[in-house]
Amino acid sequence: MGSRTPLYDHHLAAGARMVDFGGWDMPLHYGSQIEEHHQVRRDVGMFDVSHMAVVDVAGADAKAWLQYLLANDVARLSETGKALYTAMLNDNGGILDDLIVYRTDDGYRLVLNAGTRDKDLAWMRQQVGESAVTITERTELAMLAVQGPRARELCASVVSDSRAALISILKPFEGQPEGTWFLARTGYTGEDGLEIMLPADEAPDLWQALNEAGCKPCGLGARDTLRLEAGLNLYGADIDEQTSPLAANMGWTIAWEPADRDFIGRQALEAQRQAGDQPRQVGLVLNERAVLRAHQTVIVDGVGAGEITSGSFSPTLGCSIALARVPAATGNTAKVEIRGKQLEVRVIRPGFVRNGKQIFE
Amino acid sequence: MSDTPSELRYASSHEWSRQEADGSITVGITNHAQDALGDVVFVELPDVGRQLTAGEECAVVESVKAASDIYAPVSGEVVAINEALADTPELVNEDPYGAAWFFRIQPTDSSELDKLLDAEGYQASL
Repeated sequence: MGSRTPLYDHHLAAGARMVDFGGWDMPLHYGSQIEEHHQVRRDVGMFDVSHMAVVDVAGADAKAWLQYLLANDVARLSETGKALYTAMLNDNGGILDDLIVYRTDDGYRLVLNAGTRDKDLAWMRQQVGESAVTITERTELAMLAVQGPRARELCASVVSDSRAALISILKPFEGQPEGTWFLARTGYTGEDGLEIMLPADEAPDLWQALNEAGCKPCGLGARDTLRLEAGLNLYGADIDEQTSPLAANMGWTIAWEPADRDFIGRQALEAQRQAGDQPRQVGLVLNERAVLRAHQTVIVDGVGAGEITSGSFSPTLGCSIALARVPAATGNTAKVEIRGKQLEVRVIRPGFVRNGKQIFE
Repeated sequence: MSDTPSELRYASSHEWSRQEADGSITVGITNHAQDALGDVVFVELPDVGRQLTAGEECAVVESVKAASDIYAPVSGEVVAINEALADTPELVNEDPYGAAWFFRIQPTDSSELDKLLDAEGYQASL
């Protein structure tokens, strides 16, 4: 039996098909993953993401230590509430995890992937050394992601006035505490929305209230197709310890300046950048009646081969899409072999749908 | 919806078969199969006129989760395919024993049908 979130019984009651995800029993879907996907793109849906790890970092050296630990630079968080997306690298420049860091009044709040939680925490504790830093895992918190064009409006309608007021002023990629809650305008779907961290024992009431207000529960299946359409990486599929952020469309998350900031993996990344030998992450679009899937080979005539890291059917576009790692010299088309047939695919920048609309030509 | 209608015959690879009055055999996939696959997004069917051997791969169902091969339950010629599945693959999830039939075979030896499982045998195989 896997770990259970505070909403486990609610998932069962709603008819969820449960699956193991990183050691957690989580809902895959509640009937139709495609309907849940459309629900988020067109209206509003909610995900239980309590399996993710919320970790607070505080202490006199918190800032300097995170500047060393993470490839992006927390010095960019100019004020409380701001957030950034970053990789945590090993010495070889491989991605240990991808995470969001919020600046808080007392320090920083990190949200880590569920499957990497133990590894991440062990790594972080190993890096503390003489630094004056405390690392506190907030296992008493649950987390709900409410996503979709109507997400903020619906959330505001079921919470206290002060929380509703905060929701109305939160900017994209900003997170602020409100009492024992923490409300952030972040997500993993390519839609507007909120991620709400709150005491585990209050999560079922919020879930219930949102549900009664018309917010449908959505499972990991829809979460996966939504993030794929948005061109967002999934740890363990698109990125892992063997992957450089330069090969995963995460170059923008590496803060090269200031040049004298030493961070773990910097040397390795600089050597890679110098050599210019990294493959590149692209998006693929297939206009045939087949589905691109992880580990299928991408054939680039005259250049070489690559691999799909995640692929699926795109409910919004009605065709199959994928993220793939291909040779840097790949042009605008490639082929993917599916069931013995080589099918032509379009090669685009990673990212297919945002805010309900197709974002490539 | 009955999970396993008793008037049908079944393969352990999750196809159902029904003998029609004209002797042809209609084939689809079971409710258990569609439930395990999740939302179906594409169905690839054999060409009409193709000769099939029992156990041969002859169709593919692509769902959000995986691609699954469909096997011919009996030998014979494909005499009809369900064109509606091209535009409405979700029928496979909604009505696996009715509107979402896959194809019809004119069997070379209809006694092959007797080698398939009955409803009880299929359920026991799950």
